[in-house]
Amino acid sequence: MTQSTKEKSQNGEVKPTSPNSDLKLDFNSFWSYSDAPESSGHIKLKEKYDLFINGEFVAGKKGRMMNTINPSTEKPLAEFTEATSEDVDAAVKSARKAYEKTWSKLSGKERGKYIYRLARMIQEHAKDLAIIESMDGGKPIRESRDVDVPLAAAYFFYYAGWADKLDYAFPGRKADPVGVCGQIIPWNFPLLMLSWKIAPALAAGNTVVLKPAETTPLTALKFAEICQDAGLPDGVVNIVTGAGPTGAAIVDHPDVDKIAFTGSTEVGKIIQKSLAGTEKKFTLELGGKGPNIVFEDAPIDQAVEGIINSIFFNQGHVCCAGSRLLVQEGISDKLLKKLKERMETLIVGDPLDKNTDIGAINSKMQYDKINEYLEIGVNEGATIHQSSVDIPENGYFCKPTLFTDVGQSNRIVQEEIFGPVLTIQTFRTPEEAIDKANNTPFGLAGGIWTDKGSKIFKVSQKIRSGVVWANTFNKFDPTSPFGGYKESGMGREGGLHGLYPYVNLK
Amino acid sequence: MSDRIEVLKTYKTYVGGKFPRSESGKTYPIKDASGSVIANACRCTRKDVRDAMLPARSAFGDWSGRSGYNRGQILYRIAEMLEGRKEQFIKELELGGMKAKAAAEEVNLSIDRLVYFAGWTDKYPQVFGTINPVASQHFNFTAPEPTGVVAIISTDESPLLSIVSQVAPVIAGGNSCVVLASETNPLVVVSFGEVLNSSDVPGGVVNILTGFRDEMLDHLTKHMDVNAVFNSIDNQETRKLIDLNASISVKRVHHYPVDSWFDEKHENPYLILEFQESKTTWHPAGV
Repeated sequence: MTQSTKEKSQNGEVKPTSPNSDLKLDFNSFWSYSDAPESSGHIKLKEKYDLFINGEFVAGKKGRMMNTINPSTEKPLAEFTEATSEDVDAAVKSARKAYEKTWSKLSGKERGKYIYRLARMIQEHAKDLAIIESMDGGKPIRESRDVDVPLAAAYFFYYAGWADKLDYAFPGRKADPVGVCGQIIPWNFPLLMLSWKIAPALAAGNTVVLKPAETTPLTALKFAEICQDAGLPDGVVNIVTGAGPTGAAIVDHPDVDKIAFTGSTEVGKIIQKSLAGTEKKFTLELGGKGPNIVFEDAPIDQAVEGIINSIFFNQGHVCCAGSRLLVQEGISDKLLKKLKERMETLIVGDPLDKNTDIGAINSKMQYDKINEYLEIGVNEGATIHQSSVDIPENGYFCKPTLFTDVGQSNRIVQEEIFGPVLTIQTFRTPEEAIDKANNTPFGLAGGIWTDKGSKIFKVSQKIRSGVVWANTFNKFDPTSPFGGYKESGMGREGGLHGLYPYVNLK
Repeated sequence: MSDRIEVLKTYKTYVGGKFPRSESGKTYPIKDASGSVIANACRCTRKDVRDAMLPARSAFGDWSGRSGYNRGQILYRIAEMLEGRKEQFIKELELGGMKAKAAAEEVNLSIDRLVYFAGWTDKYPQVFGTINPVASQHFNFTAPEPTGVVAIISTDESPLLSIVSQVAPVIAGGNSCVVLASETNPLVVVSFGEVLNSSDVPGGVVNILTGFRDEMLDHLTKHMDVNAVFNSIDNQETRKLIDLNASISVKRVHHYPVDSWFDEKHENPYLILEFQESKTTWHPAGV
């Protein structure tokens, strides 16, 4: 390892430090990583995917097809159907029929057993699902293998158990299902978001029509195959693929009782607007601009790991990402130095390589958007720093990026970038940190790093967001409610709270 | 003494713990059952809506930070104050055309409903909060927190019971609010402001505007500093307008059409929950 220059104190003497304190992380000169790609040769994708309606794959009425590509190679993976409003209507009818004829007639116990089956079969197909997720969406295999897919199975397993216990969920009330649920999910955690939506809906006795994102439809279509294999009654789960117009057809369908949407605040507002004046229930999980607050008394190396995880996990395509770092002045130089060093160790590249830390940006559109924000940041006068990592020539890749010298009103501080881009501001007092943390329209998640318990409680209570990670970041669990304050959405997913949007209380 | 001239009350609004007139200077006549004018109420406008938002937002920080126990005592204090001024409220409801017996029932139930919600302030977090048994080495819990500033649209029927039934769960949960009073009988609602003012409710927690709903509703529900809307006007056009305005800044909307505010079903903690956010906090458990 290389030696960095010793820090000097004000009188010029070398500061006493621990023996390892001035060692710099430098993995490459000491050893280097060999390629470790996950094999994908055995993955069987159809050339063309139909829509999954009423328990079978059916061609779209208009026969319009779309392509999904691998964002790390820009090569097409498969064709899928663009569902029209007629197709959506067929899916809603099938869901309504299943709701009335079969699913609502089943006892909670039996419903639960079906959902347990889905959980188990996701576990059985875990490896393939993880590989497909990484191919279709660009996320590192380590994350799809260790986070997305196991958690998706866990959500089904958790909610399966609620199906026959709903009488204990809401004191003083009986929980009736809502009916047919229209669900629209994003491209950042395709299978995981599917599980957040479908598992509680089915457990509460509803049937669903779900639309995956147009850049990542494959794991949802694989899940449709799992529903068939599990013998789930026809029409209980319907998967319709397509882009915005397909989603709008679901939102606008008069026979849908509830809409659940995860995606951008911009689209969330459009959905809320189009639901105005209707009786439909809805929940929205929207954007974020999460503050990650590091106090002087924080365990600094843990904090650095937490910051790396908060903004570079899943290429920063995380609605709850800690995209705004707030550092207390006294440690900002030291922290920034350590952070930059740690960034240098991040490997950007092939999503299927098990050593990859940061995979491909999900789509050309998102890639362009991130680059646009990098330009905006520079034009706003911020100082940009990117790691020196080599990125592949093909595919959509973005170097881990920091912006310093930013102001609270800068667009890169106020707007969600949804990429591996972190802004860094400093503060002096906890009050200032809280003010800055809350000074965006969002309120999804935030982080606090300090070794002082009372400070954690004080600050966490003042942060207006649905999730607070103290001395950790980006942790998820089926039992743990998730969702936003303010313009980050309404309603919770996960845990007991996640059942509430899927029931009518009597 | 029979020829003594009665001192008539000037009905104003209740904003930020004070009783200002409408900035517009406009009023509208409130008539009794026989059609004679009993008072002039303030006809508030867009400017009054905006002026009411400021104290509502400022009061939120302090009020939401109070302990449940403290908020409970203050809600109970409102009930005590109302009990003491019962006769005045019955009289005001009668002036609005209500029979004496019905007026007394409305006031009595308003008092009891305040006591009901006073009791919830330090209990609903236990009913709706959870400790979440996550699979990783973390301690994780979810607690309800108030949503923020709530716009309350109250009904013409049961003007006192309506505002009590809507304001009580909202402020019991630590929110502040801006209330559009009954249009036809706002007098009793303004008087309720006096009760609030003498009950240790901090100024700005409840703000009451009178006037024409059509002139205020749009501005109030569009306002970017409103976090949620609690609407009891059962009218499709009104509902749609509120929903559309809510979508501008992702406001939570609770439409709550009511047949009769006297029904006991309006006493439940789920009304508090409608104006709560759930915050989940994680911390590693280990050394």
